[in-house]
Amino acid sequence: MSRSKFQVDHGLTARMVSTMFLLGLVYAVAVTAAIFAGAQIELVVAIAAIFLIVQFFFSDKIALWSMKGEIVTPERAPQLHAIVDRLCALANMPKPKVAVAQSDMPNAFATGRSQKAAVLCVTTGILRRLSPEELEAVLAHELSHVAHRDVAVMTIASFLGILAGLVTRMLTWGVLLGGGRGRSNQGGSPLIIVELAALAFAAVIYVISFMLVRALSRYRELAADRSGAILIGQPRVLANALVKVTGEIGRIPTRDLRTSQAFNAFFFAPALTNGNSIGNLFATHPKLEVRLEQLAKLEASMGRTA
Amino acid sequence: MKILDILAGRTKPAQADLEALFGLPSAFITLEASESLVPTGEGGVCYKPAAGQSFAQTTEEMESLLGLGGGPIKVREETDQYGFHWVVIGSGSDTGDPQALVNQVHLVNTTLQEQGFGPQLLCSVFGFRPTSAAGSPATTYVVYLYKRGTFYPFVPLPGREQRAVETELRLGIVLAEDLKIEKDKANWMALWGLPVH
Repeated sequence: MSRSKFQVDHGLTARMVSTMFLLGLVYAVAVTAAIFAGAQIELVVAIAAIFLIVQFFFSDKIALWSMKGEIVTPERAPQLHAIVDRLCALANMPKPKVAVAQSDMPNAFATGRSQKAAVLCVTTGILRRLSPEELEAVLAHELSHVAHRDVAVMTIASFLGILAGLVTRMLTWGVLLGGGRGRSNQGGSPLIIVELAALAFAAVIYVISFMLVRALSRYRELAADRSGAILIGQPRVLANALVKVTGEIGRIPTRDLRTSQAFNAFFFAPALTNGNSIGNLFATHPKLEVRLEQLAKLEASMGRTA
Repeated sequence: MKILDILAGRTKPAQADLEALFGLPSAFITLEASESLVPTGEGGVCYKPAAGQSFAQTTEEMESLLGLGGGPIKVREETDQYGFHWVVIGSGSDTGDPQALVNQVHLVNTTLQEQGFGPQLLCSVFGFRPTSAAGSPATTYVVYLYKRGTFYPFVPLPGREQRAVETELRLGIVLAEDLKIEKDKANWMALWGLPVH
């Protein structure tokens, strides 16, 4: 009797899953190479696990602290809470904590490892610039991140990246130590060349894993745009909010924004934007045109009579 | 949520559960007997309007259905400050049949749901007032959350954005005899200035 108005975007799902697969593959290759080169894999995993645990359990506090976000009660921000209340009731998900950051940069982010531990933070800049409907659209996008467990997914994905990075380090040490041994034992240079090649290989792996994590981040953004727009039933409003926020961000001098660069991955729109195509490969967020195009398609599909 | 959905980054829109509404008429009787609260005869359906032509058609269809319902049913539509749309159905008098009101509200819901707009439904609200204060607007509300399939009482204090929490807790226990009450109090959403009287 009941059915959804929306088709699953199989293309997006396929791209996302293949990115994850490639990321896992790169990780497997890196670890295999490290074992082959005789690195202490236990140490690598232990160091990376510490990173993972810290990021996993403290990401909400770290992000809030770095943005100077403050948890607000329903009494202090009644309107903001009312919007979140209603969106959570619509989506049937637990209500996250709501925080406000005193910053004129218009932005919003969601963080926290699970739905229950989630924190939704908006800046005073976004509150001032957006209409209530647009703010609701932005919050729906952020709630979708929470529903998709994007913090957990991206933490694990970057964990693999960190792991690959550490393996690269290990191989560097392997070249230095092993290279010395090679000279004294055999006195020949071919071994050094082989190990330098291994180092180059590890570096390439690191770059690839980094790019894959960024690609994954962009796909997660598109997925959150989609789910958010479906939740509020009005893709156009989210598109308007995106145009307003990214448009204004581009005009603010980058010097003031540098402090928030570390948390770009969790933002609604990244604070620093590069216009060139190499920048696109490393960007945490898809280009505005790509996001707008997706929302326009979604809006068009809603216009069709069932 | 399934692991596949997490990996694919998608959410299945929450569907509305409509059948629980039919537990209401017996709750009306309980409220009158133990709390001296009677229905004001007004009930409201709150939903988030969606974009597009098909939604406009659904709304039209719903309006004509309600109009054809006949009898002393009055329908009024309002949009609140959060952009949510309310269809307020009034039987026009205290003597109105609560069963008919519940049926009308259910009709609005099924119309929206059949057209695939179930995910847009937020809540249904029914107004109550003390037996002694005939003709005055509602002081107490029973709210139905579609996605949770649960009810909760909402008692705003007049003039301010505060609620009589103790009364609500007591009513929650009374209503639990007939209705499934929302266990997580964090979901007892405040609905300030709701258009149901």
